Amino acid sequence: MSETLHTVTVEVNGKPCTAAVPARLSLVDWLREELRLTGTHVGCEHGICGACSVLLDGEPVRSCLMYTVQAHGHRVTTVEGLAKPDGSMSVLQDSFCETHGLQCGYCTPGMLIASQALLNSNPNPTEAQVRDAIGGNLCRCTGYQQIVEAVRLAATRMRAK
Amino acid sequence: MLATHGDSAKLIAGGQSLVPMMAMRLVRPAFLVDINEIAELKFVAIETDFARTGACTRQVVLERDDRLAARVPLLRQALAWVGHVQTRNRGTVGGSLAHADPSAELPLAAQVLGAKLVLRSAKGAREVDAGDFFSGPMMTSVRPDECLEEIRWPVWNEKRCGSAFTEISIRHGDFAMVSAAAQVALAADGRCTRATFGIGGAAGTPLAFPGIAARLVGTELGDEAIEDAASEAAKETEPGSDLHATKEYRRHLARVHGARALREARERARSAK
Repeated sequence: MSETLHTVTVEVNGKPCTAAVPARLSLVDWLREELRLTGTHVGCEHGICGACSVLLDGEPVRSCLMYTVQAHGHRVTTVEGLAKPDGSMSVLQDSFCETHGLQCGYCTPGMLIASQALLNSNPNPTEAQVRDAIGGNLCRCTGYQQIVEAVRLAATRMRAK
Repeated sequence: MLATHGDSAKLIAGGQSLVPMMAMRLVRPAFLVDINEIAELKFVAIETDFARTGACTRQVVLERDDRLAARVPLLRQALAWVGHVQTRNRGTVGGSLAHADPSAELPLAAQVLGAKLVLRSAKGAREVDAGDFFSGPMMTSVRPDECLEEIRWPVWNEKRCGSAFTEISIRHGDFAMVSAAAQVALAADGRCTRATFGIGGAAGTPLAFPGIAARLVGTELGDEAIEDAASEAAKETEPGSDLHATKEYRRHLARVHGARALREARERARSAK
């Protein structure tokens, strides 16, 4: 049985993407399977782990809890969209490397998205604010300490610029 | 759509509860009706006696609204406990109420404040009190052909008013084991002129205790009166046991947190100018 397809246009990492998708296709599956933007990870698929976080119109959301058709006409930024135009790492990404803010890397794209969203609206977050911002993202390796350190380091560097 | 398909069609707003339930195959609607792009369902309007919010207004919008926080402070206090940034960015106020999780924060706030919910079908609209809206765990009086359209949050116009929301969960943002909310108003001499409080997560629906709260009126809201009220309220809870907490522990939490919410509300009212 073939499913009805719906045409959607979504701005993904600055580029308009048009596709025909079934209504039930989740946003994260579209990003990964169709657009091959596999930086965004799928963890729990029911909105608990935060690994699939992306920015929707600049605000962090869980892409496993959205259908692709619901992103029609909106802007999506994935972890691939955080890097600088020349492909080199962003200040935040560099900070994660330096403070060892990741081990297995599964939660990392979600952590980067959540903390970038925080830094966009709050250039000088307290430790409590960082912890609150990443509170919806599970990490089973780091114990979170180095992630918090990474975000605060990035904040210091971004303010210095 | 709802009139034609009845129970087999389901409205989807933020999808922060519905989609996980679909992912776990707990619900399998044949049709999803997406109401996210209906602009008329997204608004915050402050009036003298009510703050009106459109059902599809995102939780984050309510959380950031300073005028709303000034008029209905309990809402921002409750929202601080609702999920995480990512879920509040998508989740809607009406969605949380219509989902009616007994441990959710917004249903408790609605119950405690006595919010009014406007339900609309093709046949017309009707207004339901929060007390009649919640009928059981994840059950409401919304008929299959109705959509929650608007929520009217009562504004307390007394000068010395205070409210508080508190809860305990395994991790912040998780489902509450028990939550509590309170709002009180004081006269110039410090006596309580109006009080309401409630407990979430300790029965099939969020509970408010108007009878017990009425007995606080006229008192100075001393610690002893508050402890008594919270103990009475805890006796009326019907909590369940699970992996995280036994029903005895939940009842204990209901008493402790009920009293805590009342005390915090009192302190805020006392310091209000």
